[in-house]
Amino acid sequence: MTLKLGVPSKGRLMEKTFDWFAKHDIVLSRSGSDREYAGKVEGIDDVSLVLLSAGEIPRELAAGRIHLGVTGTDLIHDKLPLWEDQVVSVAELGFGHADLIIAVPNAWVDVDTLDDLDAAAAMFRDIHGLRLRVATKYHRLVREFLRDAGVADYALVDSQGATEGTVANGTAEAIADITSTGDTLRANHLKILSDGLVLASQATLWRSRTADLDTKERTALATLLSRIKI
Amino acid sequence: MTEARNRALALRANFEAAGAVVVEPPVLQPAETLLDLYGEDIRARAYITSDALRGEQMLRPDFTVPVVQTHMADGAEPARYTYAGEVFRRQENDLERASEFLQVGYEVFDRSNPAATDAEVFALVSTAVSHLDVRASTGDIGILMAAVCGLKTSERRKAALIRHVWRPRRFRALLDRFSGRSTVPESRLALLADTDPFQNVGAIVGKRTRSEISARVAALHEDATTDPISSTEMDVIDALLNVRETVPFALEQLRDLAVDMPAISHAVEGLHARSDALSGRGVDVDNLAFEASYGRTSMEYYDGFVFGFYINGRADLPALASGGRYDALTKRLGNGAEIPAVGAVLRPGLMVELEGAQ
Repeated sequence: MTLKLGVPSKGRLMEKTFDWFAKHDIVLSRSGSDREYAGKVEGIDDVSLVLLSAGEIPRELAAGRIHLGVTGTDLIHDKLPLWEDQVVSVAELGFGHADLIIAVPNAWVDVDTLDDLDAAAAMFRDIHGLRLRVATKYHRLVREFLRDAGVADYALVDSQGATEGTVANGTAEAIADITSTGDTLRANHLKILSDGLVLASQATLWRSRTADLDTKERTALATLLSRIKI
Repeated sequence: MTEARNRALALRANFEAAGAVVVEPPVLQPAETLLDLYGEDIRARAYITSDALRGEQMLRPDFTVPVVQTHMADGAEPARYTYAGEVFRRQENDLERASEFLQVGYEVFDRSNPAATDAEVFALVSTAVSHLDVRASTGDIGILMAAVCGLKTSERRKAALIRHVWRPRRFRALLDRFSGRSTVPESRLALLADTDPFQNVGAIVGKRTRSEISARVAALHEDATTDPISSTEMDVIDALLNVRETVPFALEQLRDLAVDMPAISHAVEGLHARSDALSGRGVDVDNLAFEASYGRTSMEYYDGFVFGFYINGRADLPALASGGRYDALTKRLGNGAEIPAVGAVLRPGLMVELEGAQ
């Protein structure tokens, strides 16, 4: 069989991944039309390209259905609780930088730290009879982060997109989301807590610890690793 | 599983013989009650499912809450209940831990004599596990709570500390701040120095209003002028948290501490009464371990006596049995009513497994 390399199937993440491999003389491309999720690999033998949604790459790596995969640290940590047993980081690719942060309304002049957030949550619950709602799609990461910080009286509410808008829309009081520049936060009258960095993420090449390798695949992996370590 | 189930039923029969009524709460529990009680943490520990009609349901993570609800709805007093069945615990970090296991429990709702009911529950559980190589740990969260309530500081600070009794790290951070042991963050100093903090903040978005924000700013100003908790009081709290002795020696140390902090006297005498009641039931209190910090990281409903039985030399295994007093929980779930309550659970599956190994 061939060594399976999972790469995000569209957008800038795919293009930048292709560019990164091209720098190491491994040419990845999508074959056929733009709608067809098939790919080809040139410049190295016995490696095949699997185009997947970035969110599915962690699961495929953990299941051992792909040997290598490119996806963000944030997705690996959130989707794979035992990620250290399942995958190993091969290389950080230097793009796709994104921080998972906690942000609150800019007008909350009394809240700058997690400690403040906790106190504000207690007051909020007293007044509104409702736990302070934090909108996010990174449930596990955010819950663990807030639990370790000893924050109580909050509730996570699911938000799969336009998370920065949830506060103005009245469906959450605070958010935990990926931000790369902070412009969207400012436009939505939000500010980042000074100790509210949950995770600093970037696009990373991961190797599955669970995928079996036959002789041919093992050789291909060794070749690929030696190529990118230059 | 059959052997474990038989053991569960036998244990339940023993509790029934001790005067308990058998109850069988449903496996599916409305998620709302448990979420309201435990907050977001329960989502990490319980399986949640849903349907379009009843909304979110939880596979019961324990029996205590439904048993309390049943009792508070229509229970006669005093009451004793027992149950046996599966509980479900979501595991996110450790594949070795069971996500489904049998639990047998015994719960007492009785206002007459808390020391006697504490001892009754402990002694029944102790008898059930005494054939195994176990050691017991005990504690009393009520003593720490009494110490906090007795501090010579603002009500707001006491409330903040009580709220975090079950989160030892945050509790410690608050104590350090209130006693002036830790430095005040820059942002807090800047806020306190700012005469018009709302200048340049832009639009106020979300449900938390400007007056709520102002109220907390005022509270922070008030707090900044509150005297730090004295080093004498801090020393008592630190000494209290470090009490780790057999019951008679722990009692002696706590009585000494009560001289400096009379607010804990009542709770310490409660420990004395419990110790006598345990002796009366044949428990060897002279060799029973007491730790003032014990039980603070468990579910946040125990507010008095707490205990657990652990297998010697098997730190990898969870407690074989655990329990405690949860007076405040009956109030939270009682719609205005309340009753002192104490209970415990055992893990028959683990018992059978260990008996096989012995």
